[in-house]
Amino acid sequence: MNKQKIPVIITAAITTIIIIIGFVLLMPVIGPRFLHPIMMGSEPLPANLDASSSRLSDDGLFQVSWSSDPTKVPLNQIHTWTLHVETPDGQPVENASVLVEGGMPQHGHGLPTNPQVTEYLGNGDYLVEGMRFQMTGFWEVKFVINSGEQSDSITFNVDIK
Amino acid sequence: MKLKSILLLGIVLLAVVVSLWMILQQPRWTEEEIITLRNLWIGSLPALPPDPSNVFADDPQSALLGQKLFFDTRFSSSNQVSCATCHKPELMFTDGLPLSIGVGTTDRKSMTIIGTAYSPWQFWDGRKDSQWAQALAPLESVVEHGGTRMQYAHLIANHYQEEYEAIFGPLPDFSDPVRFPAIAGPVDDPDAQAAWEGMTSTDRDLVTQVFVNMGKAIAAYERLILPAPSRFDRYVEALLKNDEQTMKSAMTSDEVAGLKLFIGRADCIQCHNGPLLTNNDFHNTGVPTRAGLPLDNGRAMGVMKVLNDEFNCLSQWSDAEEMDCSELRFVVSEGEQLEAAFKPSTLRNIAETAPYMHAGQFATLEEVLRHYNHPPLSPAGHNELEPLGLTNREMAQIIAFLNTLSGGVDAPPELLKAPLNN
Repeated sequence: MNKQKIPVIITAAITTIIIIIGFVLLMPVIGPRFLHPIMMGSEPLPANLDASSSRLSDDGLFQVSWSSDPTKVPLNQIHTWTLHVETPDGQPVENASVLVEGGMPQHGHGLPTNPQVTEYLGNGDYLVEGMRFQMTGFWEVKFVINSGEQSDSITFNVDIK
Repeated sequence: MKLKSILLLGIVLLAVVVSLWMILQQPRWTEEEIITLRNLWIGSLPALPPDPSNVFADDPQSALLGQKLFFDTRFSSSNQVSCATCHKPELMFTDGLPLSIGVGTTDRKSMTIIGTAYSPWQFWDGRKDSQWAQALAPLESVVEHGGTRMQYAHLIANHYQEEYEAIFGPLPDFSDPVRFPAIAGPVDDPDAQAAWEGMTSTDRDLVTQVFVNMGKAIAAYERLILPAPSRFDRYVEALLKNDEQTMKSAMTSDEVAGLKLFIGRADCIQCHNGPLLTNNDFHNTGVPTRAGLPLDNGRAMGVMKVLNDEFNCLSQWSDAEEMDCSELRFVVSEGEQLEAAFKPSTLRNIAETAPYMHAGQFATLEEVLRHYNHPPLSPAGHNELEPLGLTNREMAQIIAFLNTLSGGVDAPPELLKAPLNN
């Protein structure tokens, strides 16, 4: 064997050993999550998420806002929302029919309950009963609003902590 | 050559030191994580929620009667089974068995009673929507207490008349054996069922009212059984006060590492969240069917049962107004997500309540963690879990953390045994 090659082989062997030892020692710390994308854990919140509670509906027909009772949206507790619907120029939208949908887009599941608008409270306010969120994270709550000839929908982003 | 060797040795040593330092270092918590930890802390448990379906829920006399009934084995077909048979105070109100045994063998593991006053749904499949409605089901199950509501009404008249009347008012006169046979009820036993159907509907209602009140008394007792703070709670309390000394004494570095995984990469808090470490919802986690048992489709069947339950929140036996029954009125009653979905157990005292899952499929927490790490296909519906890729060491750390959730029961000691004058 060519004597000049021995140091090269030794160096290569030592380097390999270092990498293996280093990896084995670091495994308990980092875990194998970097080996496969599905092991990366839950995704972070989408950037620039609009989490405001008052927004213009998708086609601009209604200005819609929600408030929760209690004010801070609770985890695991059934509660009510009040939805306020008005025209972009500030006139309350009376006696519309409103459907409630929603879910966690990052988890691919819907709401754990089947909330409904049960009462028109007057002045463009609608009582939404049966709201519950059973996981922390990013939720979507969508309202489909039908008022006379006009139909539009709005999706709110809600961050449950 | 020599210089190179020294350099290489140096690099190896540095790698070793850095690795050890990273392993031994206690992780720091981010602001976000501290919010999460505070939500899991027992200090975040709200005041006991009212039970509008049970006007006797907070009556101390009712709770005392309930405690007596809870431990009284006369309320069974064999004279040997009480609620405490499967909900033993010394085993955190469970029984340590994979499948509970009353007068026969059930097809589910008994769940703890600790903290169930906070849950809108009872049983693994949520087929009952109050503690009192839950308490009545085993009494008429052919494999649990095995008795009938008529038999129980006679027992109340014979042994508890005074206490009963002090709470619920006059007890009907059940002494006429033609109108009120010894054994009758809407149960599986054909003779008992025939006797029940032979009674007038007015008489049946008199009996059912007594039966319902028994449930409401038992629920008044069970409401008082709450979880006590554990080492984990001491740790979080210290963390919120920035008291590093107490933090170190409350939890070891392995337990803290397990906690970090629990709220982080292992994603346990999706379902085990809030101060009781359960979201009281229903999830399919692909738990295998127990050998010898038929396929259990969990919530899919449970939701149908609760909607049709004679004792649900909207029933004539409930004291609630319609507006108090939001959980039932807005329940999700169909969809694939209900298939083989079960309620996540509270993780408080979880290390003391083996075996695990709805039919005791896993004997140890190690088996549970291995299941979550490599989730199999579900026997029905869709398994919500994803592989976690945890190492053995990480799984051991999570189990170490789960052990810090053992704090026992927060209730006066006299509530944890049969009352003396039973």
